[in-house]
Amino acid sequence: MLNLSATHSVPRSPTGKIAFRTSGVTKVYGSGASIVHALRGVDLVIPRGELVVLLGASGSGKSTLLNILGGLDQATEGVVWFFDDELTAMSERDLTRYRRHHVGFVFQFYNLMPSLTARENVELVTEIAEDPMDPDEALGLVGLGNRAHHFPAQLSGGEQQRVAIARAIAKKPTVLFCDEPTGALDSTTGRAVLRVLQDVNETLGTTVLIITHAAATAAMADRVIHFSDGRIREVVINTTKVSAEDIEW
Amino acid sequence: MVGGLFSSSPFFRAPLDRKLGRDLWRMKGQATAIGLVIALGVLVLVMMDGLVTSLDETKRAYYERYRLADIFAPVMRAPNSVLKDLSLVSGVAAVEGRLVGDALIAMPGLAVPVRAQVVSLPEFGSPRLNDIFLSQGRLINSSQEDEILVLEAFAVAHGLQPGDTLSATMSGARHTFKITGLAQSPEFLFLAPPGELMPDDARFAVIWMSEKALGAAFDLEGTFNEALFSLARNADVPAVLDRVDHLLDPYGGVGAYGVEDQLSNRFIQEEINGLKATRKSVPPLFLAVAAFLLNIVISRMISAEREQIGLLKAFGYSSREIGLHYIKFILVIAAGGALAGCLLGVMAGRSLVGIYQIYYKFPFLVFQVDSRAFLTGFVVSVLTASAGGVFVLREVFALTPAVAMRPPTPADYSRSVRLGAFLKAMLDQPSRMVVRRLIRQPLRSFFAIMGIAAGMALSVAMVGLMSGFDQTADLSFNVLDRSDVTVSLVEPFSNKTIYELGRMDGVIEVEPFRTVPVILRHGRYRHRGMINGLVAEPRLNRAMDADMTPLYIRDDGIILAKALAGILHIQAGDMLSVDVREGRRPLLTIPVVGIAQTLLGSPAYMELGALNRALKEPNRVSGAYLRIDSSKQEMIYQTLKDMPAVAGVSIKRDARVAFQKVLDTGAGAMRYVMAAIAGIITFGIVYNSARIAFAERARDLASLRVIGFTKGETAFVLLGELAVITLAALPIGSMLGYYLAVAVAEGFSTDLYQIPAAVTSKSYGMAALAVLGAAAFSGWLVKRDIDTIDMVSVLKTRE
Repeated sequence: MLNLSATHSVPRSPTGKIAFRTSGVTKVYGSGASIVHALRGVDLVIPRGELVVLLGASGSGKSTLLNILGGLDQATEGVVWFFDDELTAMSERDLTRYRRHHVGFVFQFYNLMPSLTARENVELVTEIAEDPMDPDEALGLVGLGNRAHHFPAQLSGGEQQRVAIARAIAKKPTVLFCDEPTGALDSTTGRAVLRVLQDVNETLGTTVLIITHAAATAAMADRVIHFSDGRIREVVINTTKVSAEDIEW
Repeated sequence: MVGGLFSSSPFFRAPLDRKLGRDLWRMKGQATAIGLVIALGVLVLVMMDGLVTSLDETKRAYYERYRLADIFAPVMRAPNSVLKDLSLVSGVAAVEGRLVGDALIAMPGLAVPVRAQVVSLPEFGSPRLNDIFLSQGRLINSSQEDEILVLEAFAVAHGLQPGDTLSATMSGARHTFKITGLAQSPEFLFLAPPGELMPDDARFAVIWMSEKALGAAFDLEGTFNEALFSLARNADVPAVLDRVDHLLDPYGGVGAYGVEDQLSNRFIQEEINGLKATRKSVPPLFLAVAAFLLNIVISRMISAEREQIGLLKAFGYSSREIGLHYIKFILVIAAGGALAGCLLGVMAGRSLVGIYQIYYKFPFLVFQVDSRAFLTGFVVSVLTASAGGVFVLREVFALTPAVAMRPPTPADYSRSVRLGAFLKAMLDQPSRMVVRRLIRQPLRSFFAIMGIAAGMALSVAMVGLMSGFDQTADLSFNVLDRSDVTVSLVEPFSNKTIYELGRMDGVIEVEPFRTVPVILRHGRYRHRGMINGLVAEPRLNRAMDADMTPLYIRDDGIILAKALAGILHIQAGDMLSVDVREGRRPLLTIPVVGIAQTLLGSPAYMELGALNRALKEPNRVSGAYLRIDSSKQEMIYQTLKDMPAVAGVSIKRDARVAFQKVLDTGAGAMRYVMAAIAGIITFGIVYNSARIAFAERARDLASLRVIGFTKGETAFVLLGELAVITLAALPIGSMLGYYLAVAVAEGFSTDLYQIPAAVTSKSYGMAALAVLGAAAFSGWLVKRDIDTIDMVSVLKTRE
């Protein structure tokens, strides 16, 4: 299963029902007096194809976990599995390849390249991905087909976030991580963005993880994970999913 | 889809390349400033290197094509039959005997006659050695004794053409000649009137005429008075010189010398050596300053892109791909700068080489650059620029993408907390921000200060060098030489001649001198030169030491210039062998009684009376310095013209004009180029410092505006920092500039003349003004951006 001696990489189309499995994950920043325990031992299972919402206060550790799952950061201790592969055992190079082929990110502050147009921002990802969507198709999916040649500065906040989502899904990722995707948006625009995420989950079958502290978002999730103080406090399976448009803001 | 042909190569990523193009455009001001600094560094390198190559190569080709002799052996008169013996000397490849002599040419419009050297041409064919280049007209017909060739430069200066006539006085007899052609020669590449350092085409001439005519004029038929030698490849030069001296001794040999001691060659060689020394010191310095600056700028630029780098990593771009993107960014600027530098360097070199041709009489002088100079320029620029970027990229790559994407943790200003009470009491809030920032990042402040100081040092040194040339002129013509006219005699005469000169109406003061050609020897060290016999306390032409104190010429030995003592490895108290090369040519042993750090040249001084006693030729002089009443100068010149004992008269005013002309053109022009470049580099550094500071702090400044700071107050926070750094750079730049000026001046100086590093308060002042001006202008440019900062857009995208 795992070959440590050779260059290791995750297969293009992983098989299995469990997307992520973690055990005893901790994350410690700093040392001495300024030591911060961001995660204090997280055990978690995320089945493939679910839309998962992570809820918790600021500093509860949800972003740290998302960064570790996304291959952006290293755990201090513990093990993380992505299907049959152990992320925590991967080299920097393998993590890069993992992000390149399997992971899409959407951030609170969009993080678009200011010097590239909407379409070019999407191309940034399609350029290096295997079997990506056409950039225009991705922009069409988020309803921005007609804004492809605008620069970020010419787009509204909601539009910028939708470009970011188009960019994230254009590679047809296995998982999509969204860190406070609606944090900077008003309610109407926020709902529209959540709708897009829901579509991606339902039509493409992408596993979607959304971090938020807007508790109402939980209504659209298959699974809600409550965080506090670096630990999982509660996992709730939601059997009465609602559509994004019906979320109370 | 996108990517196309190159999509498999990590070097080409279409979206990243578009980002590259737009980033370059967005930063065009700064990118241009950086490129300009690189361009100027490369310009100096290419220009200097090209000048050295061009002069060196052209000289070599010219010497070779026109067979310049390797050894010159002047002699009183030797029968042509001796040439056979000379040709048998081991190591000699070819010998040529010829006649040379002096003539005076009366030119309309000149107060005193022009001195000329007359050189014979063989009866048949062209000279085996020291051939001439006929630039106009035809060669002389040896059966026509009145036909001559004239040195082209002299002819041009006086508007002479083939077909014109010229009258010259040789051995006291006046002859009228017909000019058939104009010529140049590798032995007269550089021509200065006797006793002067700077060329003056109008006041020195060379005439070529048939051997028969010249022999008749000087009563030297069937003899030669100069032998020329070319040497075999492996000839032992000192052995040949000794053997030639030995063979010519019975005929009045004055001492053979190699081409390296030939005056014209020496001047051009010194020029080339000076350029080489400058090439070694100045361009690396310019490039080093440019590299230093680039390092700072590029590393900060990349730090500012830290979040975008983190984002690219999050998408799955590898460090190599991202690294390549930034390296390409640097490459475009560096290669663009280097390319511009090469082009500008060739242009600058082309125009300077034209100036060189004004006083080095090459028949052809093409500016050529060794392709290695281009390569060096490119490689150095690109490497130094990349080094700055790679260093920071490594730091950024070491971070996990999650950390890289977060803005850096706010800088820790707690270190300056102890200053708190003091700061609070002394300064208002904005000033405290300035001080805290400077203290918080001492290394960054230090580099910024050093960057500006380095730019200023260049300016100080270049301005210092400019005044160095002026000071040399002032020294030669006002401080050392206070005479109006120098009279030289045909041969050493009794000092009665001096009394005659002194009795002339309008002559205020007369000071005799004697110069004696000698070979100085100490152990195995040897120097061919002159002993200057001066009165004990010269007033008109003074000898001075480096502290500008007049030297007292003692009468119990010889005083040597420090540079000369170095060549001879001799100290005060040692005995010096003096091989006199005129008159009875005695071999003397004279004690060295002093070593002086002289201002100009490498002279050897003796008191006139003591020199004559040693030579057993009492009361002889070779000439005199005169101070005259300027209202009577025409009459004095006329009288001097008619004195048969007078070989030549030189008027200081003319020499000064010639010197100034050279300063304003040739090597002199270079200093203006350098000063301009130093100024631009200084501006480039200051402007970039300001730009970077602005880029790093745009968000903070926007926040200040949001809080309610006025535009002025906000600008103060940034410009205050720039002001402190600029002011701190001034004393450091002055100090560095002084040492730099000393180093560069040493490179420019030769043993023919020395350029002092005249770093005066004017140099410091001008450089400081340049820095302050650059700072003010940069500040103004940045202030405009601060005023128009978009508060909302800067703030809304980040916490």
